[in-house]
Amino acid sequence: MTGYLSFVLKRVVQLIGVIAAGVSASFFITHLSPINPVDQAVDRITARSGFRPDAIAELRAALTELYGTDEPLLVQFASFWGRLLQGDLGPSLIAFPTPAMDLVMRALPWTACLLVVTVLITWVVGNLLGGLAGYYQNNRFLKAFGIVTMGLQPVPYYIVAFILLIIFGFLWPVLPISGGFAMNVRMGWSWEFAFSVLQHAILPATSLVLVGIGTWFLGMRALVSNVVTEDYVTYAELAGVRPGRIVRSYVLRNAMIPQLTGLAMSLGGIFSGTVITEEVFNYPGLGSLLIDAVNGGDYGLVLAVSSVSIAAVGVAILVVDLLYPVLDPRVKAE
Amino acid sequence: MSEDLLTVQGLQAYYQMNYFGVRREVRAVEDITMSVRRNEVYGIAGESSSGKTSFIKVLAAAIRPPLRIIEGSVRYNFDGLSVDVAQAGKAQIEAIRWRHLSYIMQGSMSVLNPVRRIGRIFEDYASRPLELTGEALRERVVAHLGRLKLGPEVLSAYPHELSGGMRQRVTIGLATVCHPQFIIADEPTTALDVVVQKEVLGLIREIQQEMGSSVVFVTHDMSVHANIADRVGIIYAGRLVEEGPTRQMFFAPKHPYTAHLVASLPRIGDTMQRPALEGRPPNLAEPPSGCRFNPRCPLAVDKCRQEAPPLETVAPDHRTACWRWRDVAPLVQPAVKLWERA
Amino acid sequence: MFAVLRDLIRYNIEFAVGLVLVGIIVLYACLSFFSPVDPTQIYLSIPDQPPSAQYWFGTNSRGQDMFWNLSFAFRNTLIFGLIVAAISRVISITVGLLSGYLGGWVDRVLMFINDIFVAVPSFPVLVLFYFVLRSGLNTYSLAAVMAVLGWAYDARLIRSVTLSLKHREFTLHARYSGMSTPKILLQEHLPYVMPIIFATAMANMIWSIGMEVTLAVLGFTNINIPTVGTTLYWANNHSAMVVGTWWWLVIPVVLIVITFIGLFLLAVSLNEYIDPRSRLRRMGA
Repeated sequence: MTGYLSFVLKRVVQLIGVIAAGVSASFFITHLSPINPVDQAVDRITARSGFRPDAIAELRAALTELYGTDEPLLVQFASFWGRLLQGDLGPSLIAFPTPAMDLVMRALPWTACLLVVTVLITWVVGNLLGGLAGYYQNNRFLKAFGIVTMGLQPVPYYIVAFILLIIFGFLWPVLPISGGFAMNVRMGWSWEFAFSVLQHAILPATSLVLVGIGTWFLGMRALVSNVVTEDYVTYAELAGVRPGRIVRSYVLRNAMIPQLTGLAMSLGGIFSGTVITEEVFNYPGLGSLLIDAVNGGDYGLVLAVSSVSIAAVGVAILVVDLLYPVLDPRVKAE
Repeated sequence: MSEDLLTVQGLQAYYQMNYFGVRREVRAVEDITMSVRRNEVYGIAGESSSGKTSFIKVLAAAIRPPLRIIEGSVRYNFDGLSVDVAQAGKAQIEAIRWRHLSYIMQGSMSVLNPVRRIGRIFEDYASRPLELTGEALRERVVAHLGRLKLGPEVLSAYPHELSGGMRQRVTIGLATVCHPQFIIADEPTTALDVVVQKEVLGLIREIQQEMGSSVVFVTHDMSVHANIADRVGIIYAGRLVEEGPTRQMFFAPKHPYTAHLVASLPRIGDTMQRPALEGRPPNLAEPPSGCRFNPRCPLAVDKCRQEAPPLETVAPDHRTACWRWRDVAPLVQPAVKLWERA
Repeated sequence: MFAVLRDLIRYNIEFAVGLVLVGIIVLYACLSFFSPVDPTQIYLSIPDQPPSAQYWFGTNSRGQDMFWNLSFAFRNTLIFGLIVAAISRVISITVGLLSGYLGGWVDRVLMFINDIFVAVPSFPVLVLFYFVLRSGLNTYSLAAVMAVLGWAYDARLIRSVTLSLKHREFTLHARYSGMSTPKILLQEHLPYVMPIIFATAMANMIWSIGMEVTLAVLGFTNINIPTVGTTLYWANNHSAMVVGTWWWLVIPVVLIVITFIGLFLLAVSLNEYIDPRSRLRRMGA
């Protein structure tokens, strides 16, 4: 047990390092640019409607104080971390004066739910089918499935989402193609709301599953066709161990281990895919928020979204990593 | 003869492959006739790619395409149960597998599923043939492990938590837990260091004698045969070329190939260089005509190149397939008492 | 090298198909060198013409001949992918070889950095870059940024191969005979890593081109440079689907999907070539 504890501790320290580095990087990317966020924000706001000069000056002063752009970079950096740890990154511009963090926290559950559900479905189904395809190499259905996923897998998230949008938005409009729930349903704990959320999640989730499933299917198929040549599988087959037992506890169980590492390593990429899919289907998650923030020139909100998403992905990776020793008893010994 | 545990009659097993429409045939096992008695250790020797691996695959009823049995029979006579591997259906094979016919594989380190506890592995292997589950099965396994000097605590361990020697015992235990009458040991000592090798040999011998089972022991290492086998059969290019009691095979081989194998064994105090056998083992896809050993044989004459010699009895219990078996004696190096090392 | 290529084409149907698909796209992109029209000019042809003998891929609402316009777009997109792949290969080879061969604290530091790049989602970071650079984000600066984001996974792969090479006999021989570390890495280890580099380069191009398309579609790149992504951006911008100029969307999507599948098949078959176990399975039973 102490082995596992030190493993957990090591991972947590690593996670903190990764998040700190990622968030700092986003800070410096945004702050080392020659563009002054205050000017940019002022330009954007004043471009829309006529403002009196003194109001503009007032706005500029307020924003300068808010962003602290007149201070040295390192001081800004320190105060950025201070505010981030308190969960306060100032008000958003696009939904002024709602705090940026509030917007992020409102969007986070949508993205988190979409991501968790689709990743689970994709990983479990993809690995199961891929594993069976690797073991029963002559099965017609699994062969066909392999060819289809091979065609789908390299296509980027955006294209798949877009094709679904065209099919279900224009050619055969049976599913809602936009939003997180229907406009006429009140948000709350009701069956109606839950049904509406599910209905709206079908297309974004489907496009994420369609793209993602191929990676696991093809990966697992390749892994299994290597595992079946291992001595412990050959020997169990020779000994007449029940085929079902061999597939489950000998083949899939062993091939699953590298796939779990694969999951941890690909969560960042999957998150990127979610961002895009959300935008296509106008889903009210972090992705849509990020893109709105960029389009609205909302400096604080952009930083808030990227910081929170880096942290969220980091935590998700940690959770997957912590499952690893449960699957592989050899890790504990180290 | 009916009391022999295993009788192989005129066995031919080929690999038949199909590369993009081109048929290829590898004659891995060509007309082998032999038998294994009750309670004996029968050693099979031969170079790699001599067909010995294919032969024991047939014996172990582990025939998978592209390997096919073309002709012949492989009949086991277990107590009250007679099965011909060449004819038997899946169910018949399942009925003898592990219960009567067991297998020890090379590389005991890798035959144990790394993510499964030893106890569960024993359950997987022994539950069906023994028709036992739960506590009854556990008792049986613990008793058997005790015989191998392993405590019951290994059952809750993962393979990587055991030492190399313990894993060897576990593997042998796994193969013998059902008290099989016939055990095929496929190079179980290859790639082990000499000390462990000796321990494993001792263990297999011990278990074999205790249970009165028969063992077919396969290795290319003649000195191992000297230590463990009662009789030895030599396979060359898919054929059984000589078979006889171990002692005679070493002192009075009747086939030039056996003579070469014995001669190339190292001896204490001997610094003489030994001539290597010329040429390479024949390609089994296009074997040479006549005796398959003729291109490398120092005694080869025209007859050897034209006609394959039959396996004939030349002494009690001793058979050889050579036209010139009477002339082999001068090739034999001064006798050595190899097995006295045992 | 050529013998390997010939064998791959002859015995590996996936490689052959991939090569044909990618070949078609590359040829098409090369046609842009002979284009009679300037792709940045608009309203040179009659807008909204469906595909016909005169306009093979139709014309768009901005009065551009889609056949030549897309040819330029594919040239830019492929060049973009190649630049990203080349730069990121250099980074991942350097990091992978050094980390695997030197080990110790160098390995730990490099792998910590590597962990960050693996864990941080690249899309939000790219959006950040667009946010600060705006239209300063052209093909080359975007390629540089993507290369910096896209090396981590492959560096890890190269590291693990180098780790296994490190303890092989020939490395020890080289070291005992006084070969310097850079020489060992470049002359002894790099050839082993080469096939991996080719296979991962294809996968990397799929990733970078996909990202470029995505960014461009959202309008997060310089939309005046014709690429596959900006083509889709303009199509969306003019509501091509609603207006009925479907060819403006469908043709680029079909072509880019062909590109992706082609590159993917090349990557998969090269991977199979690298792992001889799967190659043997293909030949046997």
